[in-house]
Amino acid sequence: MSHSQAAAIFNKDEKKVNWHDKALWFVRHKRDKAAHSVTGWEALRNLGQGIKAHTLSNLDNYLIQFEENALKNGVQVHWAKNADEHNKIVHSILKAHNAKKVVKSKSMLTEECHLNPFLEADGIEVIDTDLGERIVQLAKEPPSHIVLPAIHKTKEDVDALFQEHLGTKPCAGDPQYLTGEARKHLREKFVNADAAITGVNFAIADTGGFVVCTNEGNADMGAHLAPVHIACMGIEKIIPKQEHLGVFLRLLGRSATGQHITTFSSHFRKPREGAKMHIVIVDNGRTEQLSRPDFRASLQCIRCGACMNTCPIYRRSGGHSYDATIPGPIGSILSPGKDLTKHSTLPFASTLCGSCSDVCPVKIDIHTQLYKWRQIITKEVPQPFVKKSSMKFMGTMFAKPATFEKVGKAARWSLRNLPKGVINSKPNVWGNARDLPSGPEESFDEWYKKRKKDE
Amino acid sequence: MKVGLFIPCYINQLYPQVGKATLELLEKLNVDVVYPSGQTCCGQPMANSGYENESVGACTHFVNNFKTFDYIVTPSGSCAYHVKKHFDVIPQTEDVINVRNNVYELCDFILNVLKIKDVGASFPYKVGIHKSCHGLRGLRLGSCSEKVTPEYSYIGELLAEVTGTEIIKLSREDECCGFGGTFAVAEEAISVKMGKDRVQDHLDHGAEVITATDTSCLMHLEGLITRNKQPLKVLHIAEILNSVN
Repeated sequence: MSHSQAAAIFNKDEKKVNWHDKALWFVRHKRDKAAHSVTGWEALRNLGQGIKAHTLSNLDNYLIQFEENALKNGVQVHWAKNADEHNKIVHSILKAHNAKKVVKSKSMLTEECHLNPFLEADGIEVIDTDLGERIVQLAKEPPSHIVLPAIHKTKEDVDALFQEHLGTKPCAGDPQYLTGEARKHLREKFVNADAAITGVNFAIADTGGFVVCTNEGNADMGAHLAPVHIACMGIEKIIPKQEHLGVFLRLLGRSATGQHITTFSSHFRKPREGAKMHIVIVDNGRTEQLSRPDFRASLQCIRCGACMNTCPIYRRSGGHSYDATIPGPIGSILSPGKDLTKHSTLPFASTLCGSCSDVCPVKIDIHTQLYKWRQIITKEVPQPFVKKSSMKFMGTMFAKPATFEKVGKAARWSLRNLPKGVINSKPNVWGNARDLPSGPEESFDEWYKKRKKDE
Repeated sequence: MKVGLFIPCYINQLYPQVGKATLELLEKLNVDVVYPSGQTCCGQPMANSGYENESVGACTHFVNNFKTFDYIVTPSGSCAYHVKKHFDVIPQTEDVINVRNNVYELCDFILNVLKIKDVGASFPYKVGIHKSCHGLRGLRLGSCSEKVTPEYSYIGELLAEVTGTEIIKLSREDECCGFGGTFAVAEEAISVKMGKDRVQDHLDHGAEVITATDTSCLMHLEGLITRNKQPLKVLHIAEILNSVN
């Protein structure tokens, strides 16, 4: 389904759209306040962008340095070329430890690799422990936002889900009761877990350590209790030095939710005594994206979700309309790199308003990349005949002033003389909800010529 | 200083009054302005739709029309931005580079080239400014709410000097209206919803008129206002700056 079709379905419930839009705008507004409270915010963005761009240009060296240091710390390091390899590696580690119950802290990478169904097929229980993630897991849905996975659900929706799956009492969506019940349910899962899987927000090359950011402490709870900790990271998560961390932690929390810093920034470096720690480093199409000069900056992304919150289209179409692990503006430049045909409508789901690029903490030129994908998609993915031929026609018309004048004259005449019912009939999508301007008798060009004659 | 007036295709055909207001205003400000006849389009509709190659003819024609001018002024931030940003599709001759460097959106030109703030207009109404995105974040005609920079707005500075005008504050100062060229048709549901919300923001704050640096945004908003019979008017900023009551 194209983005526009999915968005049209989402828009049938206008109240829900309004609610979704306001909820995300609230987060965007909080982000503005938090950003404005930092002296030198724009300098910080420049610094973040600079560090990331430098890292991407030297990615091979930093990855090798990271591996060396992680190994020295007693961590086992694995390399996965793609999603399948990643899933198999995680599975084999779990098998080796006879782990049947896994608690997972939110990781978009494992979502991207579809790890859960892979493990579940072998009878392994995987519990997502971020509350939002747990909610969508119970609803058998993918996250609709990378930071606020269940933002599309109301508290009443959660009430119904918890009654069905956790046996809670009806509470008319009382958030305190619902979170209390979720807490009890998750504590039980943490205590009994055989292994913990976390994502990685930042991996530090010069120490071999990594940082996981959560607001609920669920990564800590998992990793501190289970005998095995598997951390899964994309190759782009590397930063060169420990001292760079401050730049990104300051940018991340503020951009994501308007917090000064995420509640938990958990630093991991080596396995605790008697426990095991594994890191799986995953490519899964990233090297290919890195090889595209126009799109390589998309790998600078620190997954704060600010571009989603600010995007007027995302706010009104919901995350699921993007049909991709990473939705929204950043997703719309990442996804076509993975499957151009499947995601061919995403770069067009934008007015190119540029808000995403200006809000991005690491200054990814998102809207410029959307424009560039459009040029590639029309060449490589078959386009509707009407679009293709009308663009060709317009191209010819705008190259010839005489043709433009004739077509303009006919269009103005039609707007003035044809009945509204004919003008706004089906082929004119514009006319479903909007009036067209009334066609003036005279174009500016005609008026100017006359005026010159009269002089 | 020889100035060429660039009238975008849709203004030429559908909103000639915006072109007239722009021309009259520039003349009032003693600018030596010429409108090269036979203009078509800057090529944006094709390029933004992913058919940059189909825009080559329009771009070449554009450069031929305007290569002899010191400045090219247009009542459209979006079209000026397109010429500046996206004319890489044709060979970068000296003429092309000059045209790209010299193209100005109207408010930007008045304020920063002519160095005029008060154009002597009078317009006693409550006006909401819709900050059209391509001008705002493309040409930086004003500060945008995402960035932590000093606040400014070219259109706001000019409007503030207009006698009788009360500028109203909006809840969302620089949210997109949802026009976006072919986006308005390809993503109809979202486009219409965005436009409705934009209109509502103005109504909620008591605006009588919505103005902008781009008629394309206004065409979309006007289409909704007319269809829904709402008590609002749209006027391009050139029409307000050219009015004397």
